[in-house]
Amino acid sequence: MERTLRVFRFNPETGQEPHYDTFTIEVEDSWTVLDALNEIKWHHDGSLSYRRSCRHGICGSCAMMVNGKNEATCEKPLSALKGTITVEPLKSFPVIKDLMVDQEDFFEKLRLVKPWLINHKAPPTDKERLQSPEDRKIIDGTWECILCGACTSSCPAFWDNQGFLGPAALLKAFRYVGDTRDEGLDERVGILDSKIGVWRCHTIFNCVEACPKSLNPTAAIVKLRRRLIQEKL
Amino acid sequence: MKLDVTYHKHDVVVVGAGIAGLYAALKTSGEVDTAVISKVYPTRSHSGAAQGGCAASLGNMMEDHWEWHMYDTVRGSDYLGDQDAQALLVRDAVQVMYEMEHLGVPFDRTEEGRIAQRPFGGHFGNFGKSPMKRSCYAADRTGHAQLHALYEQCVKNEVRFYNEFYSLLLIMKGGTCLGLVAWDIIRGGLHVFHAKAVHLATGGYARCWKITSNAMANTGDGLALVMRQGLPLEDMEFVQFHPTGVWKHGMLVSEAARGEGGYLTNDKGERFMKEYAKEKMELAPRDVVSRAVQTEINEGRGIGGQDCVHIDLRHLGKEKILTRLPQVRELALKFLGRDMITDPVPIQPTAHYSMGGIPVNLDTLVLGDSQKGTVPGLYASGECACVSVHGANRLGTNSTLECAVFGRLGGLKMLDYVRQHSGHEDLPADAAEMAREEIEHLLSTAGTKSGVRSADLRTRLQETMSENMAVYRNQGDLEKQVKICQELREQCRQVAIDDGGLCANTDLIEAVELGHMLDYSYVIARCALERTECRGAHWRTDHPGRNDKEWLKHTMAWLEGDHVRLEYKPVVITRFQPEERKY
Ligand SMILES: Cc1cc2nc3c(=O)[nH]c(=O)nc-3n(C[C@H](O)[C@H](O)[C@H](O)COP(=O)(O)OP(=O)(O)OC[C@H]3O[C@@H](n4cnc5c(N)ncnc54)[C@H](O)[C@@H]3O)c2cc1C
Repeated sequence: MERTLRVFRFNPETGQEPHYDTFTIEVEDSWTVLDALNEIKWHHDGSLSYRRSCRHGICGSCAMMVNGKNEATCEKPLSALKGTITVEPLKSFPVIKDLMVDQEDFFEKLRLVKPWLINHKAPPTDKERLQSPEDRKIIDGTWECILCGACTSSCPAFWDNQGFLGPAALLKAFRYVGDTRDEGLDERVGILDSKIGVWRCHTIFNCVEACPKSLNPTAAIVKLRRRLIQEKL
Repeated sequence: MKLDVTYHKHDVVVVGAGIAGLYAALKTSGEVDTAVISKVYPTRSHSGAAQGGCAASLGNMMEDHWEWHMYDTVRGSDYLGDQDAQALLVRDAVQVMYEMEHLGVPFDRTEEGRIAQRPFGGHFGNFGKSPMKRSCYAADRTGHAQLHALYEQCVKNEVRFYNEFYSLLLIMKGGTCLGLVAWDIIRGGLHVFHAKAVHLATGGYARCWKITSNAMANTGDGLALVMRQGLPLEDMEFVQFHPTGVWKHGMLVSEAARGEGGYLTNDKGERFMKEYAKEKMELAPRDVVSRAVQTEINEGRGIGGQDCVHIDLRHLGKEKILTRLPQVRELALKFLGRDMITDPVPIQPTAHYSMGGIPVNLDTLVLGDSQKGTVPGLYASGECACVSVHGANRLGTNSTLECAVFGRLGGLKMLDYVRQHSGHEDLPADAAEMAREEIEHLLSTAGTKSGVRSADLRTRLQETMSENMAVYRNQGDLEKQVKICQELREQCRQVAIDDGGLCANTDLIEAVELGHMLDYSYVIARCALERTECRGAHWRTDHPGRNDKEWLKHTMAWLEGDHVRLEYKPVVITRFQPEERKY
């Protein structure tokens, strides 16, 4: 079967304006969008640049915009897409080359929420800390995040203000704030309650729709807000 | 074109940001100046794909002891593992698992609030008697949970990360490692990293097979870097084929699916494992199950006569599938359009885990010969290394454990070493020269259109490796594969790329990776041809049976130009004498 892909191209070294290249290629039934990109790179134009690694939606490398919607391309079957397929880099991150975007700032935002367990009591020396299955469940739907950036890139609040921490960093914040082993809310209040923190979210739910892992950053943001209010009272 | 070189100096430089590399960096950071170089963002490392869990005899769900874990590991390795290393692995496992919990890993919990554990193939209680719940897990995303927690701890400790930097060349002087040369993938340009200690943690390398569970980044770069310094690799013929790869794709249906009680069935709907491992059935070790699946396929009992059998979870019920195996279900839905709650799913053996690798001693220091000579300043751990805890066959959940135990230990050993060495030894004048030549040559081929495409050579390599040296092997096929590898290495010199740019040139990187893959694939084929016995994952149909008299020994291989030189060294046996392996 033949399919046609319209692929965003940009190379800062050539001085050429961003544009689209169209490739019509032979594909197999079971292929994903990533398989099609590989086919293009390997057999048509080796200079096409994009990130990829695990091929099954756990490494978070290959998020791109496919027909206007953010997807993990390695998990998006071609069969679910009609007609010509347009592949573009994630919106609102600076483009490095072709489908690769700069995510340095995205990872820096994560660092700002102190994404590590903060607990001032020394753990037991030769045992685990205890945590009930119910307490452990509180953070389900947060720690599974693969940091692909699909959510933050689709967030209108982030489009308006690139200083905003964005849904991925806030989801990560709740992964720790919500962890009953963590005592670090105090240290995170400053950033979470700031101008770039939780209040900037307009609960438009784009992030929920964009997440290839079906996670819900908005819900986490709402829970963080509640914790901040409780803290203030 | 003359490429720029930028110089950096650190006490410790770790190559690789999977569980092994990050654990090593975590232990040296905060104490000495530590950098991590990784060709992918740390959280994108393939450790994140580990699903089933991480083994330790915590005994949280039933009585367990490290001696039992050791017995299983020794027997699982088909007695080729070094028992001093295996003892270290299983004893440290307990403490390391607690430490990972303290670092924040979100393990599932028991009703008492302890780390939850589940059964896994090859792990038993009471010296091989009854199934053991030994695998500590976080749903079926355990590696992801561990990888992220370790990365976050390293960020906290202000490890200097060089993300999307590709290591090309080790810098050696008088047999000591003084650093390495890397390529900045995003901006282009050569970087020399001057270090007191270098730690290789570049992960697995089963990407040279067509059907594989490995990430596209798993191209064995660390191994090639070591071989190019005239250093040996160990036990390269031992590569594990996982029995349950998604049909035609190769990604993994986690062993947790069998751990939770999944059945394997053939075209007649029979649970065929009863013919191969009557007692342990689906929970027999991987090599045993892979051969069973392959035999069913070869003898025409694959589903509809094709090269697959079924894994069937329906009897586990919706609830259990959704809570314990959500990712496995998602995978089958996405890649095969099948829902495991209502349908069985087609699977086939897939190249999965590499037992061999860069030989190291118990301090993770790289070995330079088949005696005990070491390479000062050069360390390795994780899947790229061979210490050897897995011998001829690894048990599921023992490898993230190996990464954690030996990555951590390597960090501590480097710390000692660095503290004893106050200054950096001077670099040789031409430190970056070989890397410069390699890159400048490839860039100069761009647009010439007369050369060979790296993708074509890689496809040929992967197809022939799957054809000639997968689950079952024989002399004829192996000889064929040796020859193909020789030809491909020859043709590789004619590779021309399309992209001559410096910025985000992934065409260039794929060409370099191909060179690495061809080097170690050639070595695998040669080692496999030489070993005329069946042991663990290495199964020679023309040489039935394990042959302890001649082959209870490790292979050491040097790539010398177009030639592979082999030596052998004894296995360390302390506690458990070799017996027949029955399941
Ligand atoms: C699908 C799957 C499921 C698995 N499930 C389990 C399980 O349940 N339990 C278990 O114990 N084991 C499991 N394993 C095995 C286990 O996950 C791996 O053996 C282990 O995670 C390897 O970790 P590592 O740290 O050695 O390497 P990796 O995590 O693969 O990391 C390698 C690192 O090296 C870097 N690198 C490589 N080359 C270069 C270069 N040239 N320059 C710079 N950086 C480089 C990469 O960027 C990466 O950061 C599984 C494996 C797979 C494939």
